[in-house]
Amino acid sequence: MPLPRVNVVVVGAGAGGGVVAKELAEAGLTVVLMERGDWPHYDRHNDDELVSQRSPALGNPYGPDDARYRRVVVNPGGSTSVVLPSEGAYSNNAGCVGGGTVSCGAMAWRYMPQDFRMRSTYGAVEGSTLEDWPLGYDDLEPYYEKAEYEFGVAGDYSENPFGAPRRRPFPMPAFPYNREGRQVVEATRRLGLHPFPIPMLRNSVPYNGRPACIHMRSCVGFACPVDAKSGSQNTVIPRALATGNCELRTGCVVAEIKVDDRGRARAVRYFDPEGRGWEQECDLVVVSASATETARLLLNSKSKLFPNGAGNNHDWVGRNFQGHGYTGAFGISEGEVYEEAGPGATVAICDYNHGNPGLVGGGMLANEFIVLPYSFCDVRPPGEPRWGKAHKDFQRRYYKRIMRLYGPVQEIPNFSARVEVDPAVRDAWGIPVCRLSGGRHPYDQKLGEFMSANAERILKEMGATRTWRGRFGTGLSGGQHQAGTCRMGNDPATSVTNRFGQVHGIDNLFVADASLHVTNGGFNPVLTIMALAYWVSGHIASGWKGGGFR
Amino acid sequence: MGVQPQDPTPPATPGVSRRTAIRMIAVGSAGVAAGVGLTAVVARRDRGAARPRFFFSPREEATLAAFCEQLIPGDDVPGAVEAGVIDFIDLQLVGPHSRFQGLYRAGILSLQNTSLRLHGLPFEDLDGPVQTELVSRVEKGSCPADLWGDPSASAFFGVVLDHTRQGFYGSPRHGGNRGYASYRMMGLAYPNLIGQNRYPAERG
Ligand SMILES: Cc1cc2nc3c(=O)[nH]c(=O)nc-3n(C[C@H](O)[C@H](O)[C@H](O)COP(=O)(O)OP(=O)(O)OC[C@H]3O[C@@H](n4cnc5c(N)ncnc54)[C@H](O)[C@@H]3O)c2cc1C
Repeated sequence: MPLPRVNVVVVGAGAGGGVVAKELAEAGLTVVLMERGDWPHYDRHNDDELVSQRSPALGNPYGPDDARYRRVVVNPGGSTSVVLPSEGAYSNNAGCVGGGTVSCGAMAWRYMPQDFRMRSTYGAVEGSTLEDWPLGYDDLEPYYEKAEYEFGVAGDYSENPFGAPRRRPFPMPAFPYNREGRQVVEATRRLGLHPFPIPMLRNSVPYNGRPACIHMRSCVGFACPVDAKSGSQNTVIPRALATGNCELRTGCVVAEIKVDDRGRARAVRYFDPEGRGWEQECDLVVVSASATETARLLLNSKSKLFPNGAGNNHDWVGRNFQGHGYTGAFGISEGEVYEEAGPGATVAICDYNHGNPGLVGGGMLANEFIVLPYSFCDVRPPGEPRWGKAHKDFQRRYYKRIMRLYGPVQEIPNFSARVEVDPAVRDAWGIPVCRLSGGRHPYDQKLGEFMSANAERILKEMGATRTWRGRFGTGLSGGQHQAGTCRMGNDPATSVTNRFGQVHGIDNLFVADASLHVTNGGFNPVLTIMALAYWVSGHIASGWKGGGFR
Repeated sequence: MGVQPQDPTPPATPGVSRRTAIRMIAVGSAGVAAGVGLTAVVARRDRGAARPRFFFSPREEATLAAFCEQLIPGDDVPGAVEAGVIDFIDLQLVGPHSRFQGLYRAGILSLQNTSLRLHGLPFEDLDGPVQTELVSRVEKGSCPADLWGDPSASAFFGVVLDHTRQGFYGSPRHGGNRGYASYRMMGLAYPNLIGQNRYPAERG
């Protein structure tokens, strides 16, 4: 028996998809929200460092699982490896209701105006597809504000002279600095820099019916036991469901978007939790499956007019795969700086995001989230023994004396870093899996070294007795901050969607997630993904003609 | 279904039939859920009773235990073995880490043969400093080439080091970090009770 037709199918209940489902359901459209994972439950996974979204040694608590999912990675020499979601090379974000917003660190950044105009600000970079976004900060500002208020963000930009202009203050007061944060504030001020509290998708006071943060040390990588973290699963998705217009189907894996011979999306083909295949017909499809999975789904959706996948007639789907080089520096303090109050990251500076002499872009620096004991084994100065008594001594002597300044370095996009579908390897449902290849643009190293040097200078000013710089490799980026694979743009020959996330050539197919990002800012991306999803939804709702879309 | 299983069929564990192993896992994980079963198994091991192993033979265990104890040695704080690292690895090898079964089986054999070739004694019978020196060689991959194939010595070292850290620093629910030994060593309060570690109220 065919399923009753609906107006919209949204694929993926993460940062982007949750917003779209709510906005369209509130606009009166009937919505089916498809999510391959389940509702997250803190009690099922609690604070176990080996089953953390940040260090999934024994598996990802918030999906996807190692039993049914795989990817193929093309190694630098050209050989390939099959990798599991718990392995770093898989480039995972998450797979549950709420997507990455359940277990993320909750930093809630607006990109700066220059982040949307990288090409006009800095000019072309050799070997890079660096471009301007087809929309500007001012276009997105009202939607950033909406995201901050509907999800709930705590912050205060009064001491951040580089902060993007805003019409309204944050809905909640900022969190106080922790012990390490206070030292960062003093040292950066002495250096003439401008520290301020990190904006957080986390309740500093009770907000929207959820309580204030209780400062678990295990916060990033985990769900919040009291729901003080503001994610799609406890904000927009419940509101979407409350309209009565939205049905959430969990455990449902979308395999393909059916595009008819005239080039219109007509249905999605998916598998239910029992593995049975279905087709859900609809008037329009919005794909919000994350930068890797959205590209995969489009590539797996072949039709007469789009034989290489939906929207892929110019070979741009899956290209410009990017994330963030995350780097900075470490220092050992004379006394203890550890404070038993999570998540740990409290203070940031934006002095190095732009305007760095001779450099393209830059990044934000912040003190780091608490690193739990297993992950701390890798926090070592170069040359330090990895095992034996020296290992143990370092763990017990320095765990509470480590200071860290780290941040996301804006990446310079390149065409050859890409997501394809593998010709041979399939997942448990028989769907061709992502095949990841390429590497970072060499420029990223230069920026990374610049940021690490700045971080080290601050740590020395903080009185660190010993400091060392972090580094990242030249290999493929992506991971938690994955973005860029369905670039928005005005020219259909060099982008996948228009400025409203509408796939070129398929009027009723949209993308609303990090895939759209032309560049990924020098900030963690989630608030921008949410703001963009409001922007895309606003366009859809205003073009909706009650039973059709144009 | 399209998934090509990546892992070879687990080799039969000496002394434990495959069916028994599965039953033991079932008991183990039910125990985790109930918070008792695994503890009971661990307690029985502490009393020196026969140790039911899911994967390792007694010879393999003796070699691996000596190796892991080199990686995280005991002092006033338990080392790898006392903290349950071998229990952890053995349990995970029939669970999430099953893809490493082949690496352990072949790597331990290569390690045993390397020790016999270089020192004429099993690894676990070498003096401490001699063991340390041999572990160093395994780390650097400077071992007799004909004794190591897949895994290479350094690949074996990397995986065992990672798993030893997991067993030592991970949650006790997985069989290691007995009595939160590593948390106590690092001065971390445990269990991490909800609300225990909040700021004083006036600080929000
Ligand atoms: C540990 C961690 C810490 C982080 N910290 C921060 C931070 O502090 N600040 C910040 O800004 N960002 C942070 N992030 C990143 C942030 O979570 C992501 O950028 C964001 O969630 C991405 O949004 P998205 O909508 O693109 O994808 P997602 O949130 O990943 O949502 C995609 C959803 O689609 C589902 N899906 C995929 N394919 C299918 C399919 N075929 N069928 C059905 N459903 C499907 C997935 O299961 C998933 O739920 C963090 C992430 C992690 C994992």
